[in-house]
Amino acid sequence: MSFSPFVSELILILGSLAVFAISLGTGRGRLAARVTAGIALVNLGACLATVTASGELFCHAYRVDLFSQLFKCFIALGLAAVVLFGSQLRDIRAEIRPEYFFFLLLGTLGLTMLVSCVELITLFIALELSSYALYLLVPLRRERPGLNLQMEAAAKYVMFGVVSTGFLLFGMSYLFGLTGSTYFQEIAPALALQAQQPAALAAMVLVVAGLLFKLAAFPMHLWAPDAYQGASNETTAFIAAVPKVGAVAVLIRFLLCTEPTNTTLSLVLTITAIGSMCFGNLAALVQKDIKRMLGYSSIAHAGYVLLGLVTLQSAGFAMSMFYIFGFLAMSLAAFLVICQVSREGENVLLDDLSGLHARSPLAAFLLAASMFAMAGIPPFAGFIGKFLLLSEALRSGFLLLVIVAAVNTAIGIYYYLNVVRLLYFAAPEGRPAARLSPLVAGTGVVLIVIVTLLGLVPGKLLDAAKTATQKPVAAQDKPGSASPVLPQ
Amino acid sequence: MVACISGDWPILSVLLFLPLAGILAFPLLRSDGAAKLWALGVTIITAVASLALYTGFNPATADYQFGEHIAWIPSLNINYALGVDGISLMLILMTTLLSPLCILCSWRAITVRVKEFLVCLLVMESAMLGVFMALDFILFYIFWEAMLIPMFLLIGVWGGPRKIYASVKFFLYTLAGSVLLPVAMIALYLASPTHTFSIPELMGQPYSASLQCWVFLAFFVAFAIKVPMFPFHTWLPAAHVEAPTAGSVVLASVLLKMGTYGFLRFCLPMTPIGVQTFAPYVLALSIAGIIYGGLCALAQSDMKRLVAYSSVAHMGFVTLGIFVVNTAGIEGGLLQMINHGITTGALFLCVGMIYERTHSREIAKATGIGKVMPIYVTALTIFGLSSLAFPGTNSFVGEFLVLVGSFQSATLWGLLAIPGVILSAAYMLRMLQRIIWGGTHNPDTSYLKDLNARECVTLGLLVVMVLWIGFAPQPFLEVFHVSVQNLLAQYQAGLPM
Repeated sequence: MSFSPFVSELILILGSLAVFAISLGTGRGRLAARVTAGIALVNLGACLATVTASGELFCHAYRVDLFSQLFKCFIALGLAAVVLFGSQLRDIRAEIRPEYFFFLLLGTLGLTMLVSCVELITLFIALELSSYALYLLVPLRRERPGLNLQMEAAAKYVMFGVVSTGFLLFGMSYLFGLTGSTYFQEIAPALALQAQQPAALAAMVLVVAGLLFKLAAFPMHLWAPDAYQGASNETTAFIAAVPKVGAVAVLIRFLLCTEPTNTTLSLVLTITAIGSMCFGNLAALVQKDIKRMLGYSSIAHAGYVLLGLVTLQSAGFAMSMFYIFGFLAMSLAAFLVICQVSREGENVLLDDLSGLHARSPLAAFLLAASMFAMAGIPPFAGFIGKFLLLSEALRSGFLLLVIVAAVNTAIGIYYYLNVVRLLYFAAPEGRPAARLSPLVAGTGVVLIVIVTLLGLVPGKLLDAAKTATQKPVAAQDKPGSASPVLPQ
Repeated sequence: MVACISGDWPILSVLLFLPLAGILAFPLLRSDGAAKLWALGVTIITAVASLALYTGFNPATADYQFGEHIAWIPSLNINYALGVDGISLMLILMTTLLSPLCILCSWRAITVRVKEFLVCLLVMESAMLGVFMALDFILFYIFWEAMLIPMFLLIGVWGGPRKIYASVKFFLYTLAGSVLLPVAMIALYLASPTHTFSIPELMGQPYSASLQCWVFLAFFVAFAIKVPMFPFHTWLPAAHVEAPTAGSVVLASVLLKMGTYGFLRFCLPMTPIGVQTFAPYVLALSIAGIIYGGLCALAQSDMKRLVAYSSVAHMGFVTLGIFVVNTAGIEGGLLQMINHGITTGALFLCVGMIYERTHSREIAKATGIGKVMPIYVTALTIFGLSSLAFPGTNSFVGEFLVLVGSFQSATLWGLLAIPGVILSAAYMLRMLQRIIWGGTHNPDTSYLKDLNARECVTLGLLVVMVLWIGFAPQPFLEVFHVSVQNLLAQYQAGLPM
């Protein structure tokens, strides 16, 4: 058996062990940062090299295919970016920095494995591996006198996480009970025969609810703003982007087991999408802390991602994949700037960004570009991603949802533009200059180039995503069974 | 179906990317002066190159010429498709010819962040050209929206005292207007038999009446805000007054035309039933805009606001001409789009020149300058007369054709538009009288210097255009005559018998 398809996982396992060994000594924070950065870059290279690989492990429970490899590439990109721009960990005590990197690598390992799992138990183990590692990152932040934000954030993150895990497990048990299997490829045909049963629907809704926590979508979104605000800036950069990519992968895996004609499930997802978009955007309007603002805006973005999922069709799933990939890059670019503007690792208020253009032109440009990208303005990935999601949703007949999404885009523009206004038009008023080291600047430029390229030449990735989300032949695939319900 | 004729070499792409490519040299340019010269050179080369479009254009056919077609996102049938017909040709030429003037007029006025300013102007030029050249809906929308970012910065960074309010209002207003545009685009894409975003292929398809009405409304909101039509005009005076002169010129001359271009390119051929259903309301709004804009202009003491409100009135004439949907109306509307670009652009340049000297845009601060600035007031008078559609100037031809079209359609619309003509004479002559002669209490203006060579060249070119179109409009009308006929044929064919 060849190990080459699994090289990313192997790198991360060995890397975690190496960083664990480093963490046994004292005063090795910088060494751990360098080793982790090396591991992250090698991992990214390995993922890109094995993007077309395929293979199976553990009695077909673990599969490497185009779908999983595309996700792995972007998870690896997320890890590499966070480690490169967030290696200073200003707000983590020096003696626990190696442990921080250890948990970060473990969390990434869990997510990397998660996207390859095609069996429920394996999937659950990978999900918990990533979740618990990330739960631990939040309270590692330094305590401030009279301010225990990070503890509140950690408590909320863990509590909501555990409850949603309960939903997920409950739903999985129903799935197993109904179909007699824990393998997706056997669940799908068995579930198709009893799609109309209330139990089947309950199973899917419970599973989806459990996963919506990871995506921070309405109504499982409550943790997001608090956790974003309470965690250190680097931690937020990671949990705001990378676990969501994993969540989309698993959601697609589950939804591929259903038929596009499952209108009840579509309805549930539609309500979730509308709730996420409206709540996220409206709440973001009034925020003063940029991390909280991005927390709420990420809820809205989760709603946009759901636009593709409500279609319950491969084409829609592909668009959701594309959008979450673009979102990962924009979100990382935004947090890169936040991490640099924050001098001691403290939270950054919107007012702290005033006149950043004069203090650090590149940082201002990166943040402005990511804001325009999130707002969905061409030529960035946010525009074409939203456009593709809207077109797939409309093709499947969700006219109302599409109009709500379009209106929400307009609401979102207001608060994104407000950030740009502060960056370029407000006076710095003696705020200190923010200096970007060449490495950080390079990382930021690469991220914005990715966002722009995804917006201008989305064709290749889109085709790959479409190929990757094709249903397996075993499942009953009826192309075009859902006809557009447009005003004719 | 209208064919798309390809040229020997991709002249449209060259024109489109020349200004963008010019930006690449900016890091090499050390001084601001060199950057200005370079940007001026780039825009002049673009302008000269665009004349090749005019000479190579065949006005005897309604086909899209100089066509380019490259697959872009094949899975959704989205293409990089460019092409030019009679309707877009004149607008493209106007954009390329006005761009060097925008840089010339900023030569002294812009003193901070000069390179960034020039980058914004060059990006604007590329995006504006892209809007008029695109033959694919997605490509069109990308240019349409991408243009907002440099314009937002032009107003917000280099604008007047209330620049931030104006830039944010401009951005939010125009962007909020176009959020439903992609939805309409996707609806047409799904309803078209070939599932395409190609603009020529989406025309003349038998869409259902209700779909056409909804799509028309989505289009209308987006385009009417851009025009801007009454009552969506409130962003315009704010943006114009606060924008730097070059920004005002670009805004008035080119950006406003995109709304009316959208009506011609999309609404008439794609949703004829929608146009027919809503035309009376649009015409009523046009008339309201003409009267309201004129009355507001009459009440202004700020030159820039006066010209801004006159824009609302003039654009009302354009939409009036378009929505009476007959040859005279549309040709008049199209010519009036060009005229407004030249005349209003020139008036904003004139206001900018006074502002550079007196640091005020108040008419009262610059009364009676006829003696000290004879060349300036001569140019101002020509543009002022052009703005009120004096015979022998360009606007006379345009407005006359629009009125002919309105009377052909219904006497009522023509009669209602007449007061607008009188109003425009009133506010323009009032401004000219005060600027040139003033009253008995003129401020001391003896320190003012008349126009220098750079300013004379800037305005001189526009004076030539005003008189050329005024006395010999035929070559200009010929360029779009066949395209307009074809547009009307498509419109008629789309209506139920």
